[in-house]
Amino acid sequence: MKKLFTVSLLLCSMSIVALTPKPNDGAAVEKVFINANIHVGNGEVLENAQFAIADGKIVRAGYYKAPSTGKEIDLKGAHIYPGFILPNTNLGLTEVDAVKATLDTSETGQMNPNIRSLTSYNTDSERIPTMRFNGILLAQTTPSGGLVSGTSSIVQLDAWNWEDAAIKADDAMHVNWPAEWANGFDWSTFTMQLKQDKKYQEKVNQIKSLFEDAQSSNSNSNLKLQAANAVLQGETKLYIHTNNPKAIIESINYFKSLGLNDLVLVTSQAAEKVLPFIKSSGVSVIVTDVHSLPDRQDASINAAFTLPAKLNQAGILTALAYPGSMSSRNLPFTAGTTVAYGNSPEQALSMISLNAAKILGIDENYGSLEIGKSATFFISEGDALDMRGNVIQEAYIDGREIELHTRQQELYERYKEKYQ
Amino acid sequence: MKIKTKLTALAALTLCQFSQATQIPTAVVNGNIDERNSLIALQHATVHINPTKTLSNATVLIKNDRIVDIQTSEKLPEKVLKKDYTGMHIYPGFIHLDASIGLPEPPQKPPFQWGKAETINSTLKGAYNSNEAIKASFDAAGVYNTDAKANAEFRAAGFTSALSHNKDGIMRGTSVLTHLADQPAELNIIKRKASQHFSFNKGSSKQDYPVSLMGAVALIRQTFMDADWYAKQSNMTDLDLAAFNENKDLPKIFTTSNWQQTLLVQKIADEFGDQFVIKTNADSFENLEAIAATKQTLIVPLIKPDTPAINDELDAWNIEYTDLKKWEVAPYNPALLEKNGMKFALTLGDDPKSLKSFLKDLREAHKKGLSKQTALAALTTIPAQILGNKELGQLSKNNIASLVITDGPLFEDNTQIAETWVAGQVYTVNELPKLLSGNYQLSDGEKNYLFKLQNEGGKIKLTATDEKDKRKYSLKASGNFMSLTIKEDENESEYFGVIKDRTLIAINNSAWQLTRLADTDNQEIKEKSESVVEFPSIPKPFSPYGLAEIKSNNSYLIKNATVWTNEEQGILTETDVLVINGKINSLGKNLRAGKHTITIDGTGKHLTSGIIDEHAHIALLSVNDIAVNSSMVRMKDVINSHDINIFRNLAGGVTAAQLLHGSANPIGGQSALVKLRWGVDKPEDMLIEGADGFIKFALGENVKRSSSNESIRYPLTRMGVEQVFRDAFTQAKAYEKAWDDYNKLSASTKKKTTPPRKDLAMEATLEVVNQDRFVSCHSYVQSEINMLMHVADDFGFNINTFTHILEGYKVADKMKAHGVGGSTFSDWWAYKWEVNYAIPYNAALMNKAGVVTAINSDSAEMSRRLNQEAAKSIKYGGLNETEAWKLVTLNPAKLLHLEDRMGSVKAGKDADLVLWSDHPLSIYAMAEKTMVDGVIYFDRDTLAQTEQTIADERQRLIDLSKNSTGEKSPFKSKPPKTFECESITGYHEFDQLFYTGAHL
Repeated sequence: MKKLFTVSLLLCSMSIVALTPKPNDGAAVEKVFINANIHVGNGEVLENAQFAIADGKIVRAGYYKAPSTGKEIDLKGAHIYPGFILPNTNLGLTEVDAVKATLDTSETGQMNPNIRSLTSYNTDSERIPTMRFNGILLAQTTPSGGLVSGTSSIVQLDAWNWEDAAIKADDAMHVNWPAEWANGFDWSTFTMQLKQDKKYQEKVNQIKSLFEDAQSSNSNSNLKLQAANAVLQGETKLYIHTNNPKAIIESINYFKSLGLNDLVLVTSQAAEKVLPFIKSSGVSVIVTDVHSLPDRQDASINAAFTLPAKLNQAGILTALAYPGSMSSRNLPFTAGTTVAYGNSPEQALSMISLNAAKILGIDENYGSLEIGKSATFFISEGDALDMRGNVIQEAYIDGREIELHTRQQELYERYKEKYQ
Repeated sequence: MKIKTKLTALAALTLCQFSQATQIPTAVVNGNIDERNSLIALQHATVHINPTKTLSNATVLIKNDRIVDIQTSEKLPEKVLKKDYTGMHIYPGFIHLDASIGLPEPPQKPPFQWGKAETINSTLKGAYNSNEAIKASFDAAGVYNTDAKANAEFRAAGFTSALSHNKDGIMRGTSVLTHLADQPAELNIIKRKASQHFSFNKGSSKQDYPVSLMGAVALIRQTFMDADWYAKQSNMTDLDLAAFNENKDLPKIFTTSNWQQTLLVQKIADEFGDQFVIKTNADSFENLEAIAATKQTLIVPLIKPDTPAINDELDAWNIEYTDLKKWEVAPYNPALLEKNGMKFALTLGDDPKSLKSFLKDLREAHKKGLSKQTALAALTTIPAQILGNKELGQLSKNNIASLVITDGPLFEDNTQIAETWVAGQVYTVNELPKLLSGNYQLSDGEKNYLFKLQNEGGKIKLTATDEKDKRKYSLKASGNFMSLTIKEDENESEYFGVIKDRTLIAINNSAWQLTRLADTDNQEIKEKSESVVEFPSIPKPFSPYGLAEIKSNNSYLIKNATVWTNEEQGILTETDVLVINGKINSLGKNLRAGKHTITIDGTGKHLTSGIIDEHAHIALLSVNDIAVNSSMVRMKDVINSHDINIFRNLAGGVTAAQLLHGSANPIGGQSALVKLRWGVDKPEDMLIEGADGFIKFALGENVKRSSSNESIRYPLTRMGVEQVFRDAFTQAKAYEKAWDDYNKLSASTKKKTTPPRKDLAMEATLEVVNQDRFVSCHSYVQSEINMLMHVADDFGFNINTFTHILEGYKVADKMKAHGVGGSTFSDWWAYKWEVNYAIPYNAALMNKAGVVTAINSDSAEMSRRLNQEAAKSIKYGGLNETEAWKLVTLNPAKLLHLEDRMGSVKAGKDADLVLWSDHPLSIYAMAEKTMVDGVIYFDRDTLAQTEQTIADERQRLIDLSKNSTGEKSPFKSKPPKTFECESITGYHEFDQLFYTGAHL
């Protein structure tokens, strides 16, 4: 296996040069893996189990007495994971943060419900292959900024163009609910100070009027109201972004009053303060950043690390995201980090696989290694939530094996050779 | 002239009839001369000569602006204007040392504009200092004018004289000491140049440098040296240096804005053998021990922070324990300083409200433990002493007649200031009571009424002397006429009279009589003995995690752990490590603990040497200065030993770090190498003793100001960056030669020769060339890395470390040949153009090529997970675990020249150790115990308990604030700053605004 892997690396290194890898648009393969540790994504681990794919779907995951055909691939205890899912990311919308020309993340203005990320999603972004190399195979490419940022789409990370990439177009609208009290920069003292946002109510009213006017308007010529209407009709999910206890309560109450019950809260440490409320409201939660400092000096030094497990223990459906996208390949390691702080390894895994798929509304096909679901998975030498074990041998999206050896590996090979 | 006439007229109107109007001797009088020269006797008062000496029933004799005498005998000169001050207290007038009364407002501080074209030179015209923040030639007296409105406000708080200076700039020139009388400036000025003033705040200066605290310190150092040199040269004129030299014997007053700065002033004073009086920001309680150890004389504002208004439980989420704790402890600040034996003057806070509440705040400080004597001294004798003025501050013969007269003892709640006398001129603050407080008898024929009269806040209150007396007594005044009403059931008797000599006399003399009965009890005795005040606890450091327990024992035996030695033995299982007196004593099996050694069970755990972060910006008050060659700035001047991130990093197994200057300039500031000793008294106690000197260099996009379209600062290209280095090193060599040549001169020739100017930037640059100071250079792309090695080779020295160095993998062979190390990020890339070809294999490639390689953080968050970052080199590039672990321990120790003491578990080395819950490179590992010099600063076993204590304390303070009746303000929490390379504000999202997107 390993030898095969190296050979394929060498072959690729000759052909790739410095381009992003060619998408594999060949037919989905049929394969049977044996002696695999299957991390299903739903909390189960099937040790030394069999795993088979055909026609882009998982056909076996477990223990079978089928006679050996000799074509089985012996994984010798390697691990199979569902492709990790990166929600709420600007992947494909930005290339080099400091170069304005490469940024397509935030449109100007406060109210951009009709903005769609999908059509700007650049499948040739150099950042995408680095995600795959660590096991992230699906992402929710999401606009940001303003009060209403626009609509995200869910993409798979091996595509010729955004049309190929989309597995769920325009899945959710993203609303940034303001906080009445927020940190603002004070120029006179040159320090950050907690300030009351005098325009808080005005901002909230702006958001409310969008949805309320969308309910009552008969206009077909207003793109913003049309976009909001799609939310009200349940065609587009609604994601609330806020990290303030009061804003969490106010925003959830408001959107529930519109009859929206399938809400997603994208938040961070503020959630801990209002855990019972979040639980009772029935929303699911995406935690933006596990690798972050406590919000306050007096907060627990582990506040960010322990939050996901606390949400989970409260019975809240929880997934993890990673800020920006340059370092989002570390998503599995943020999940790993939560294991030292209350999560079990499989709960942590769920937070970047099945839970995320459920929240994103793609769990019918993705997020876990269950029969009938898409064959979107990868094989790792070891524990994929640990830096040492996350050594990915093969990865598949919808049954197609994808290229893992890309520019960064190419440069590595080139200079390794130079110094030999 | 017009203004002066007006003022005199104004003065004449406001003065009482018996005050002493004075005239400008040189001025022409339009009219007849009207000098009174009256002798005035303020009789029967309680006179507080000074804080410790009080005379009761004494007389103060005043003539013109002087006190003629203070006497207790009733015998007075024949011709004297007698004034009855029975029941009144007379104190020396208060001296305000931090005023700017009568001075024009300094220009506004220019708005900060990071992205705009730089202002590299001073914008001032004229022969002034080349740095605009040096305004040493500013003479406050030259712009002083009497400000009657301000004077009246300050007099109402008891102030009679003020030391005013221009609150603008780093060197602020000289102050003017004035009376707070409404008379022409000519007469109000007591002393023209009373003191020299300093701060770390560049104020209205439009020049970019200095933008940081350490830059301000460096500028002060350089200016002190320049002034010295200036006196010996004749080539140029600099009015500021000249003035600084002329005024150098004046008292020097330094305004600071936090306790760290207060300590820094002492450091400067020690370096230059000088002495400063420090006007603090009333936060000394945050580090009392260190402040007290300096034995400085302080000027302390009376600040009583408003109670933080906490609307509800959810808004409380925003508030910081530290802010609440400051609010609780701040009122005790003066008392705590007194208790610690500090000498200090008291002054007002900057908030305009503080003048109105001054007396209240003073009494509050007294209630919080400040003794009356110290409080009074702090407003009178100490300020006079600071100014070296013998005519102010106490009431004695021939002193200036500036007094505060109150209607009761100053520290009693209801006491009011009746009058302030300023240089013999009296100003009414509140009318003197028309009738004295005391017991009275009203006789109306057969009837006698006994009642008690109290003057309270300008109102008169009457109560029957006898509790059983149910009559109602009241007094209504109209000017000098009063009617006293006695109501008994339905009957009302009214006694109408006029005030004469503080008695009410019936209009018809014989009708009735009101007599004041002799006082039976002595008021002085009546004063309650000062109660013992219980001071609130103060966390050390002043931070929530200052409540964590630190065990001072530094002898431990860690038993049966898996020990990662980083030495030839590799990883030893089931091994004991003995720590004695902060050093690793020995490793082995079955070691024995001594009597005072604490045993720690390491079974199933991993013991390693502490993580060393080659590139950190935690524990700093400031990160970047802006001069192209900023080598004169020193990060050790701005260490913040109270930064919470010290504790958080300990929790991540970090024990030492290089605190680096930012990357805004090709030649940055000097690093501070620290150990994370949480809770030390002085910031400098964190410094690693005897460590080599290091300095930050930087290349590429940051130094060529790529993020700013309008930048004009040289260099704007990598080509220019090379020339900046070549020029700096060339000039440094020339500087060295100039001094060598000068030092070779004979003593007599030296006297005739102007010495070269001491230049702190050149000195530091020369240290680099001479390999006395070692370079850690921020760098990304291969061309610039190669360039700097060539430049260094040409000047005969080595670059010590390339830090960040994301393209180090492309030139690892050349780095190896040059002998430079690489300290890199594990996997960062794509945040700016120059890191587009960064690969996560960089560390492994450099390491395998023989470059001493480290992984650093540049982030307070990541530094607490450096073990994880090191582990990534196993995934990316296949380092073995021992090599991977050295990336964050032994290798950074080597890069920082500390490998003799740190970086491995070896007998004799410092006991900087971490006990991990798991394999240290595992994502699941947590640091359980972190030890520096054998002291356990972080212990996960007690963490939950500490966090509970913090939560309880926080809740207690929130409740305290909710139940407080005082004035409440919305809380202004200042979240802790976190710095990265490009930080200016320390708040990432705002720094981003400045860089239009670029970070790091």
